[in-house]
Amino acid sequence: MLQALVTRALAGLAVVVGVVTLMFFLIRLAPGDPALLLVGPTATPEQLAAQRKELGLDRPIPEQYTVWLGRFVRGDWGSSIATGRPVRGMISAAWPATVSLVGLSLVLSYIIGIVVGAIQATRGGRLDTTLSVVTVTLFALPGYWLGLMLVMVFTYWARALPAFGAAGFDADFLTGWDRVADRLRHLALPLATLTLIGIGGTARFVRGAMLDVRNAPHVAIARAKGLSPVQVTLRHVLRNALIPVLTLLGLSLPALFSGAVFIEAIFAWPGVGRIMVEAVGARDYPVIMAATAVSATLVVLGNLLAELLTAWADPRLRAQPSVGAA
Amino acid sequence: MRSRSSLWHDPRARFGLAVLVLAILAAIMAPLLAVDPSLQRDIVATRFLPPLTTDLHGAFHLLGTDRFGRDVWSRLVFGARVSLGVGLLAVLLSVVIGMAVGAAAGFWQGRTGLVLLGLTDFALALPRVVLLLLLASLWQPSAALVIVVLGLTGWMTIARLVHGEVRALAARPFVESAVALGVRGPRVLVRHILPNALTPVIVAAALGVGNAIMLEAGLSFLGLGVQPPTPSWGNLIASGRDTLVNAPWVATAPGLALVLVVVAATLLGDAVRDRLDPAGRR
Repeated sequence: MLQALVTRALAGLAVVVGVVTLMFFLIRLAPGDPALLLVGPTATPEQLAAQRKELGLDRPIPEQYTVWLGRFVRGDWGSSIATGRPVRGMISAAWPATVSLVGLSLVLSYIIGIVVGAIQATRGGRLDTTLSVVTVTLFALPGYWLGLMLVMVFTYWARALPAFGAAGFDADFLTGWDRVADRLRHLALPLATLTLIGIGGTARFVRGAMLDVRNAPHVAIARAKGLSPVQVTLRHVLRNALIPVLTLLGLSLPALFSGAVFIEAIFAWPGVGRIMVEAVGARDYPVIMAATAVSATLVVLGNLLAELLTAWADPRLRAQPSVGAA
Repeated sequence: MRSRSSLWHDPRARFGLAVLVLAILAAIMAPLLAVDPSLQRDIVATRFLPPLTTDLHGAFHLLGTDRFGRDVWSRLVFGARVSLGVGLLAVLLSVVIGMAVGAAAGFWQGRTGLVLLGLTDFALALPRVVLLLLLASLWQPSAALVIVVLGLTGWMTIARLVHGEVRALAARPFVESAVALGVRGPRVLVRHILPNALTPVIVAAALGVGNAIMLEAGLSFLGLGVQPPTPSWGNLIASGRDTLVNAPWVATAPGLALVLVVVAATLLGDAVRDRLDPAGRR
């Protein structure tokens, strides 16, 4: 088990290095020169050359790569070409906004989704049909469109909730509960958008998985032993049904971050996604690279965590039987 | 024969098929159902007309007009060609890649499996949106580029699902007995394991079609997908974003069409799943 974990962790590290390397060369192949953006269109060729030399862009790409990697590993992430601000500062300032948005919506949508899916699978009938229509519709909603519709209803029509940023312009003058309330009001629409979409997928998956498990022999035995329906559902059906759900959780992390890019764009949420979009537009190499490395690490960690949870839930997977070798 | 009629008796399958067939027919017959989507006869007199109005020139606008006086219904119908085509082709590409990689990785669990899983994790860890942003600046954004990029970045979910399924099935008694009976290697995989692993693939593919259509729309929404004036549902929503206050129908109509088609694809996927897997049928 431990050996398998170390192998997977090493593989994960290799993945991160691979992603970062691929990205490094890809963005330098893409047309566009950050030095040109920095000196402006009226600069002389000499000024441009001097600027490129100062940024280290005149050296061969493999050499730039080793220099960048060495500094990055030691914690020197450089400063933004476009704004001159230190990259670590930018990322760590934007980080909490994205994590709180994505994390909260992940927790909320999984809790609600598992409950809804479990109710559908155990109750059946009319309730199941009604909830199925609701969840499939939620699942089919594109995030940016749902976001726009929520803005239309709650901001333009009801004039109840803000649709821009993470805090009001007067946030610094608010204290105590007013400040919390301001934050929550700004969080409401983006969080609702991401969570509503998440619920659909999770509930549908949980329902399907529970219906698959319900007819398994061990569930019949559990019933025959005289366990109460609640015990059967929770301990024997839901626990086994959660195995594919845990895989889904690991898989949904990158999609959730991608989805958050759209949501951050709509609601002007000051997160990593917005920084990334702006950095790609400005060919801001150090910022793109740092954001890529951080998000790749997170995705790999998320998958590793999902795999650990899956092994915890399903002892059969710990033994690693291999039929192909037979 | 009986099982075929049971799929037809499933209301979800009927609804899903009906909507998809109608949408595809509308896309194919777009020139018969709508006028030229870029037609703007008289921008001052015909812009921002609400749905169900007839303009000064006697043309009827079922879904109203946008800020250039173009008919929203016509743009919706012509946009369906792009959105549906891109979604279907992208998923086809990712299902083929995903099944091959996932099945091989789940079955040959030694070095092959590790390499393929590593490859899957690698592709999965690539930040999809950033990759798309970069590719869109490397080449001109186009429908073909969106298909290739969505296909190449969308197979990992299917690969991992197939991998998990194949691995779990490989430990099952019926596979062990097949091996004990002398059935070997690829034959076990193709004849005994894969048919039983198909359920999640079909469901994932049906969901994937919806997802691909949504992602195409998302890219076009950010300006990286299909370029205006060619209408796609995504850039239609994007163009309606600025006029949300005075002409909400411009963004609402393509969004509703998108939701309807994705719901239909999903319900059809559900019905197929239940038919292929009688054990899970209620």
